[in-house]
Amino acid sequence: MNLKEYNKEMLTREMFQPLDKSEQNSEFIAMETKSFARDAWIRFKRNKLALLGLIFLGIVVVLAIFVPIFSPYTYEQMDMTALNANPSLAHPMGTDRFGRDILVRVMYGARISLSVGFSSAAISLCIGIMYGGIAGYVGGKTDMLMMRIVDIIYSIPSMLYVILVMLIFGSNIWSILIGICISSWIGMARLVRAQVMSLKEQEFALAAYVLGASTKRILFKHLIINCIGPIIVNLTLMVPSAIFTEAFLSFVGIGISAPAASWGTLANEARGLVETYPIQIIWPVAAICLTMLSLNFIGDGVGEALDPKKK
Amino acid sequence: MNEGPILKVSHLKTYFGSKGGLFSKGKVVKAVNDVSFEILHNETFGLVGESGCGKSTLGRTIVKINEPTSGSIEFEGRDIVKMKGAELKAFRRDLQMIFQDPYASLNSRMTVGEIIREPMEIHGLYNSTKERDQKVSELLETVGLKPDHIRRYPHEFSGGQRQRICIARTLALNPKFIICDEPISALDVSIQAQIINLLQRIQKERQISYLFIAHDLGIVKHISHRIGVMYLGSLVEVGESNSLYREPMHPYTKALLSAIPIPDPRVERSKAAVEISGELPSPLDLPSGCAFRTRCPFASERCAKETPQLRQVGDRQVACFLYEK
Repeated sequence: MNLKEYNKEMLTREMFQPLDKSEQNSEFIAMETKSFARDAWIRFKRNKLALLGLIFLGIVVVLAIFVPIFSPYTYEQMDMTALNANPSLAHPMGTDRFGRDILVRVMYGARISLSVGFSSAAISLCIGIMYGGIAGYVGGKTDMLMMRIVDIIYSIPSMLYVILVMLIFGSNIWSILIGICISSWIGMARLVRAQVMSLKEQEFALAAYVLGASTKRILFKHLIINCIGPIIVNLTLMVPSAIFTEAFLSFVGIGISAPAASWGTLANEARGLVETYPIQIIWPVAAICLTMLSLNFIGDGVGEALDPKKK
Repeated sequence: MNEGPILKVSHLKTYFGSKGGLFSKGKVVKAVNDVSFEILHNETFGLVGESGCGKSTLGRTIVKINEPTSGSIEFEGRDIVKMKGAELKAFRRDLQMIFQDPYASLNSRMTVGEIIREPMEIHGLYNSTKERDQKVSELLETVGLKPDHIRRYPHEFSGGQRQRICIARTLALNPKFIICDEPISALDVSIQAQIINLLQRIQKERQISYLFIAHDLGIVKHISHRIGVMYLGSLVEVGESNSLYREPMHPYTKALLSAIPIPDPRVERSKAAVEISGELPSPLDLPSGCAFRTRCPFASERCAKETPQLRQVGDRQVACFLYEK
């Protein structure tokens, strides 16, 4: 008995029924359509720690903008009647040994720390994406040359760049920023290069090439957009590391100089009084810790939310 | 219908260099080794062969993903090997490719609408986004999807639906020729039939030529008008598909076809099988003369000395000394 005979005998006409019209809807997708950003936001919100981090960072940013504006004190204004005061209604975080309001100084420090962190991350992002994207996409000798340049820059400790730049341009926020940026884009460039190299062999990139897309279009609309997850995770690690570098430099006394205050400077100033007025060191240190923690949580959450394959 | 072939590939070679190390000489992988064939207008040319024989490389060389080492590829009489810039871009409108893996060939960050609209944007077809969107809806309907799928992301679709999105994307340019690089091998059998029927319907409606690369011999026979059999970078037999399946000539084709399982144990047991022994030789180190001689049951001394060329024998072309006087 061959297959045909088997079919004839075993499968009778009565076993089959015409499909009902309503059941022909096999291409229907039940899930509601969401835009990419909205979808990512919904997934981000599910991560409670990341959401908490974002809220905390939002509060810090708002306070950093508005407290120095609306506070009756400035960051350098001394109040000789209240030296080393404990927290009170007039000075919510107390005052330091010159009678300066610590709340205003911490918020002013937040301005410096956050702007150093975010702007160095933004600059590194731009340079890193361009550099790494081109090296990874072009490949060959160009890539070889570009990556050796990166290796050379990377072979000198990043702290040394900052100190050297500060020697030339003086100790201010700009030279710290430039110093950090000289070497901080390298991690990003390497990451983007590696991602682009593996993605460019994938069929969607080849398909775009065969469609006639320009190099620019393939690189930005297809390759870099697909490594946005790792890029953002890297970015959220870069912000705290820049904040930390700045805080460290100020703490050892070669960063932002008095009377301006960054979190590192504040911690350094409070260090001398840590035995008598320990509360003064808690504020800047807590600010640094919580900001770092928030940024790390946010990075984690964003990385997860931006990957459409992780549901 | 135009006269002459739409695609003419002659003596095409694509080699990949493997660089020599400090103590070793560089070696060359001859992925495509002196291949010549023609594809006519509105024809489906099937290309079969085992894994690693250079089928996909051949397809990728024709769309210029890989650079050919030598030889020429003529599309409608114009050599595309040396094409650059605007000329190349214009040529891309006529020759498109469908890839093997429908999961990897769609950008997961773009919506279906953006994906299908992209080729129109690249080539500046249609005037406004509205017009393009309308065209996208039409294309989605052509491939059997719903127009309201336009705002969805690829990961919301099944493999077969994704492959249909890929087909819609290539059709957006209205190409005359599509290279299908194993478009169905990643799909399950019932969906394979859908895609094959879709490809055939599109061919009928739009007069498209296909180069259909696959390793599923049954499907290749079903869809192709003519078939080329590849072994280690060379074409060993080219012929009209029914006659080639009925009466294979080259020993490799015989072996390949006898490996098709038949869903009837009695026929399966009684069929005259041509068995080949041994492993596929490394493309880094091809045998001298005929590439197939190391596994061929009919190999003679001559096969080691000379390389057989494709020759017209009866209704087809065969590269084997058995058919030479």
